[in-house]
Amino acid sequence: MKFVSEYRDPETAKKLLTAIQSITTQPWNIMEVCGGQTHSIIKHGIDQLLPEQINLIHGPGCPVCVTPLQYIDKALAIAKQAGVIFCSFGDMLRVPGSEQDLLSLKASGADVRIVYSPLDALKLAQENPDHEVVFFGVGFETTAPTVALAVHQAKQLQLENFSVLACHVRVPPVMNALLGSEDNTVQGFLGAGHVCTIMGYHEYLPITEQYKIPIVITGFEPVDILQGLYLCIKQLEQGRAEVENQYSRVVTQQGNHPAQQLLQQVFSIVDQQWRGLGEIPQSGLALSEDYANWNAENRFSLASIKTQEPRNCRSGDILKGLLKPDACAEFGKTCTPEHPLGATMVSSEGACAAYYRYRARA
Amino acid sequence: MCLAVPGKIINISGDTPLNRMGKIDFSGISKEISLAYLPESKLDDYVIVHAGFAISIIDQQEAQETLNTIQALDNFEADL
Repeated sequence: MKFVSEYRDPETAKKLLTAIQSITTQPWNIMEVCGGQTHSIIKHGIDQLLPEQINLIHGPGCPVCVTPLQYIDKALAIAKQAGVIFCSFGDMLRVPGSEQDLLSLKASGADVRIVYSPLDALKLAQENPDHEVVFFGVGFETTAPTVALAVHQAKQLQLENFSVLACHVRVPPVMNALLGSEDNTVQGFLGAGHVCTIMGYHEYLPITEQYKIPIVITGFEPVDILQGLYLCIKQLEQGRAEVENQYSRVVTQQGNHPAQQLLQQVFSIVDQQWRGLGEIPQSGLALSEDYANWNAENRFSLASIKTQEPRNCRSGDILKGLLKPDACAEFGKTCTPEHPLGATMVSSEGACAAYYRYRARA
Repeated sequence: MCLAVPGKIINISGDTPLNRMGKIDFSGISKEISLAYLPESKLDDYVIVHAGFAISIIDQQEAQETLNTIQALDNFEADL
């Protein structure tokens, strides 16, 4: 496929690996922020091909993993109600809530549907005027605009039976939070390419300045990731700290303006809880007052929900890069993708699931 | 979750900017995708698609330059 196969070419990858080997003179800790990048790194064995001094830390950029358990419980409480069609991206369905998950709720008869796009949920609402159609809006700045347009269109169409359970999160605040924490070991970042496709990368300039840390906006194919690493290591070795754009075929500094505009119109920036990481200031996107009518939290009674985090799950340490998945005592024993203790094992982009799928049985 | 894939616009429909839709060809499979966020997109553009939305037009010149830069890496040591 054009714009894919050339970025998976083994010869090009080898060239970058040789270059990385020859410029690396000391140990460096580099975090890939995005779960899609983590998946690609583990799938292609990129971490095992790098010089030993390069330690990749898998970041908190998997929305499935960082969505607070309370929201899973809210989703379950809504989906249980009669007359509700509950729509979600597929990867949220197996995330365990305090008592069950959306998939088992579906198996017991609830109308839970996997959709490809929030616009599919909007269409379902138009086709089913007797039902409440609720979309589970989870994801970073890449996904939030898709939900924004669905909500905006619902308002324009005065579609009263559509609402969104929104739990969207922003990347720059979590990078700030990680860098500001006492136990931070991250010395360089691979920035999340598709988040920057929407937002551009001007938001990262103050972060490099404050923390003197290189950030290389990076794509998702093996060649992209190796080139992102090469550029990041080169900056570290030369003592530079800049924002660089490896993914320039897709990302521009200013990003996608129409998407940013609608994002700003439909959502407000709020403080947000992250699973495993706690509350991070200004890191969330909640539906703004103008769209309150389409907020599922206003439409359904959710006050009585009691949330219980599973014991023994160390996904918080995994998300902060303090623990590698296979160093966790539960990994592959009491915690597997079939019976996950926490979200990093559930989502295919979670670091634990990626290790289990590509490493555990190697 | 931020997975996005490249495809080519083979048809455009819709009358208002927010309703603009494109048929996108993903190497043989095609799907109707919202072009609401790419008002400047046109037929034969390659775009990046996420959750039913085209979010960026692929810059073909930049794509080639990225590969050229890697091919020129033989002189990398002189860079440091």
